[in-house]
Amino acid sequence: MTSILLVAERDEQGEISQSTVQAIAAANGLVDSVVTAAIAGEAPASASALAVEKVVTLSSIDDADLGIYDQATAEISALVESTSPEVVIFSKSDFGSVVGARLAFRSDSAFAADCIEISNAGDGVSVTRPVYGGSALAEFDIVSSRAIITLRAGAYETNTETGSPSIEAFESGVNVEQTASVTGTVAEAREGVRLEDANFVVSGGRGLGGPEPFSVLTDLANALGGAVGASRAACDAGWIDHSHQVGLTGKSVSPDVYIAVGISGASQHMAGCSSSRAIVAINKDADSNIFKEARFGIVGDWEKVLPSFLATVRELKA
Amino acid sequence: MTVRIVVLAKQVPDPETPPSQFKIDESTNTVIPPNGVPPVVNGFDLNAVEAALLLRDAGADVEITVLSVGSDFVMDAMKKPLAMGADRLVLVDDSGLGNIDSAATVKVLAAAIEKDGPYDLILGGRQASDWDQAHVTLGLAEVLGLPLVSLVQKLELDGDSVSLQRVIPDGYQTITAPVPSVLTITNELGESRYPNLRGIMQASRKKPEVFSLADLGLSSDDLAPKLELRKLYIPESNKQVELIEGEDEADSGKKLALRLREEKLI
Repeated sequence: MTSILLVAERDEQGEISQSTVQAIAAANGLVDSVVTAAIAGEAPASASALAVEKVVTLSSIDDADLGIYDQATAEISALVESTSPEVVIFSKSDFGSVVGARLAFRSDSAFAADCIEISNAGDGVSVTRPVYGGSALAEFDIVSSRAIITLRAGAYETNTETGSPSIEAFESGVNVEQTASVTGTVAEAREGVRLEDANFVVSGGRGLGGPEPFSVLTDLANALGGAVGASRAACDAGWIDHSHQVGLTGKSVSPDVYIAVGISGASQHMAGCSSSRAIVAINKDADSNIFKEARFGIVGDWEKVLPSFLATVRELKA
Repeated sequence: MTVRIVVLAKQVPDPETPPSQFKIDESTNTVIPPNGVPPVVNGFDLNAVEAALLLRDAGADVEITVLSVGSDFVMDAMKKPLAMGADRLVLVDDSGLGNIDSAATVKVLAAAIEKDGPYDLILGGRQASDWDQAHVTLGLAEVLGLPLVSLVQKLELDGDSVSLQRVIPDGYQTITAPVPSVLTITNELGESRYPNLRGIMQASRKKPEVFSLADLGLSSDDLAPKLELRKLYIPESNKQVELIEGEDEADSGKKLALRLREEKLI
């Protein structure tokens, strides 16, 4: 038997997130797994049909803890101590990345971040994760009595498996006095569709040469009803705000069409867009790595290619 | 009063190595260093060095120590933070540290900080560009029992506390943290400065202070792994790009749109 604690997260509507449902599929894929899901606050309606044995609600964790996660780390540590799971699975989110790592060191457990696979290996468990910015994959055996992992969104399918778990409350009684405190939240202004939700993403990189060309990319994104992305190089150069950054250290997108303009296709960038349905590359350099990742490509100058592409898109959409 | 800052820095293979030169020796599960491409200091750690230097630029009296754990250090690479303006370089250099996991790395860093500290701020990059785990600095905060704020894009010293901006997916949080604290710095901070000639000259005259494991009261027994690397490999790609070629580049653009329509993608 492998006892697994799965730390669930919510989507914007407060229901169980897709990445949590995927993590449940990963957990149920292990031999003889017994899965408990834990969730902060009250259980949402969708919790009662999760394909797990038990749902544990953690009422002591609230929004005041967001970003600092002191209370969440303390409460989940207490739950882990009292139930001794062999594997604890988080989503690779802001919450999971911070709380998972802290929990691992607090409970002297192994930690593996951003895994794309978890499987049985003999009596134990092994995980696969991308390394070197996605250029390579590494398989690790867990040689510790407990493993804490974060799971990359999209690594497992969102299946429709359901169950009828019991729902219990857990409260350790621990109340952490926060040492750092959040004094405010500033939302970036955004026009149009959210980058992560867009069906079309038009991204620009170093090859654009400056900030002005992003207006052409914006026109194209608007014509397609999509959003504008960028490589880290373009963001770090200050050509466009970092909230547009796609890649390992930026956002992960999976649109129908990802149009990469003047982007070389370093693996760190591809880590954020490789699950797109089709990648289209426009780049002057025929040897550029992006052509190894793309389904369609044009070797050429974007300044000459984009106007006619945009005009034709507009005609087709009209 | 001088604010003592330690920045954690890791030597990594140059992530700008062209993919065609990125090779793995599958018999030893290690990356083969590409010819003529020396290792570098992890770029995200340079963001943390930059953050410390920005505090100095803003008028704070800071002493910046760069701390690294490893073996086979290439001094030209490791001195870059000094050339940028950091004051000291402390290396825990031991042949036993070449291939340790992050749990062991945290243990060694904690022991080094215990010995060389105390520090007012402990800064690390958001992640390392080799193993991409993004948790050594977080783990260190746990082991040292210090407050932690991750993904900081801006910081200001404010007496006994630091005012921070922490990046979240659609904006940022403003946070006040006490001193001492542990912070991870993200690349949203902005590009790290290039060393100038004067900085390079000064760095060339500085010698790193070196500790061995034994100096820190540790032995290889303390570094037992929790994760064992079984296999490291480059995933195969079987993608075949379809190049669209028109009479000229404008024609290619038009044909691309028509081709995407044909595939029902637009």
